[in-house]
Amino acid sequence: MSRLRHRLRKTPFGLMIVVAFFVLGLIGPWIAPYDPLTIDLAHEYESPSWTHLLGTGDNGIDILSALLYGARLAAIVGTVVVGISVVVGTILGAWAGYFGRLTDHVITGIADLVQAFPAIVLNIAVLALVARPGLIHLIVALVVNGWVLYARLARAETLSLREREFVEAARALGVPTNQVLRRHVIPNLLGPLVIQATTGLGVVILAESTLSFLGLGPGKAVSWGALLDQGTSVLLRFPHVALFSGGAIALTVLGFNLTGDWLRDRIDPRLR
Amino acid sequence: MSPGLVRYLAGRLLRALLTVVGLVTIVFLLVRLIPGDPVEAILGDQAGPEEKAELRRTLNLDRPIAEQYLSFFGEMLDGTMGTSFRKPDRSVWSLVREVFPYTIILALAALLVAWFVAIPLGTIAAAQAGRAWDKVASTVAVAGLAIPNIWLGPLLILAFGVKLRWLPLPGDDLAGPEALILPALTVGTALAAVLTRQTRAAMIEVLQQQYITAARARGVPSFALLLRHALRNALLPVMTIGAAQLGALLSGTVVTEKIFERPGLGTLFLESFFSRDIPVVQGCVLVIAVIYVGVNLIVDLAYGLVDPRVRLS
Repeated sequence: MSRLRHRLRKTPFGLMIVVAFFVLGLIGPWIAPYDPLTIDLAHEYESPSWTHLLGTGDNGIDILSALLYGARLAAIVGTVVVGISVVVGTILGAWAGYFGRLTDHVITGIADLVQAFPAIVLNIAVLALVARPGLIHLIVALVVNGWVLYARLARAETLSLREREFVEAARALGVPTNQVLRRHVIPNLLGPLVIQATTGLGVVILAESTLSFLGLGPGKAVSWGALLDQGTSVLLRFPHVALFSGGAIALTVLGFNLTGDWLRDRIDPRLR
Repeated sequence: MSPGLVRYLAGRLLRALLTVVGLVTIVFLLVRLIPGDPVEAILGDQAGPEEKAELRRTLNLDRPIAEQYLSFFGEMLDGTMGTSFRKPDRSVWSLVREVFPYTIILALAALLVAWFVAIPLGTIAAAQAGRAWDKVASTVAVAGLAIPNIWLGPLLILAFGVKLRWLPLPGDDLAGPEALILPALTVGTALAAVLTRQTRAAMIEVLQQQYITAARARGVPSFALLLRHALRNALLPVMTIGAAQLGALLSGTVVTEKIFERPGLGTLFLESFFSRDIPVVQGCVLVIAVIYVGVNLIVDLAYGLVDPRVRLS
């Protein structure tokens, strides 16, 4: 027991938040006391009590349950978007850095153009192209600019890796280019990419919340941002809805930021 | 002007122009890249055939693609930016121009808030590095970055509008400048946090320079030393707001206009999103992106004029 306590004390705060977030996202729907879509008009906007620990919101939904279901959506969107972005970004970035010339110009040019839009604005523009945006559309919209960060990172690292002896040696031995990239370049990109992806998860979760807050989230799904939006519209009378849902978003984003910083210090002391 | 400077300015200008052409192309392609029938996707299956035909005509989708592209470019250049789909008697630009000043004022106010917080706080933090004020500054910086603006806005309304009753609530009369304070804080806080860190770092670097030691040895009072000798040189990187922060500032106005029920580009953008007014959505996206590119250009040009080293890179 005391060893566990010792371990816990040494675990960084940010990492605890991140682990709690993923665990709750995974098991949330099973431990949620209510179904967050159950309408109970007799108990609309109640303050926290023993029956509803965090109170109730619009249509009398249980806020704790809604937050637990919302954690699942945030976890899914975050993981899928960051996953696709890392893969796409790494491949394009490694290509750009390794092949240089035209490949580099085209990929860097597209990346520059995507970054010439403020992120949320481009996301909204993509979502505007479908009548009723769903989960898939949300993910696509977030990947559209999500990959750029990883591509830039992978490109910069590949540029310096390309000149290193072991890559040159592999090339001189006649190893096919694809294999050089797969076996020698990309494995060496993983450290910086993992750090970036951790912070990136926080960014994507915030973007999902912001889009849901603006009313562009996937229709029926329970989302923190949508809950915060409802909470903001009744802010003056029932502040608890906005306080809890916004708090969940802020705490989660903080957790990913702190964990990203912590990983950076551990994996890559150069960047400190 | 030296030839080097002219080459730098011309090169930078050309790149910005190319970027704008690229932006227009991307916005043009967005609609055309939708798999299947774009009009069907945009309006949904509930829309009647007349409405669909109307949108097809507004977007010129019934013509060959090269012609569509040229006329899209023409609309962007002739000062109309196309015609609103929901208000056929209005050009997109006239709708944008109407709300444009609100957003610019909000963004500038947010920038002012950020400077007012960050420059003094960062300076004190650097002068007191490692001591109490430095810790206060770094706490403010971490907190300011961690609080999402979609939550900060409601929190500020609760604190200053509801509990303290110092400032007006959203939807109240928007005439006075005091109605701008909370929205500006909502947009500007994250920027203030970033700039506080930058000011601190720049000041610490400057304070280690020899001319500071020399001035101190000459007996320049420490307050004058900080303000006149150090801050002046540390400010350049702080005043030249970075591209990422500008993007956050513009995104921030979209969110904040919704929270505080203010008119502006963001509100127009969202309204046209929900009414499926695609030409206006495109117009808003382009205007915001062009502001973004334009401000970056101005910052770069100013930097090139002030600091000769920049021109070489």
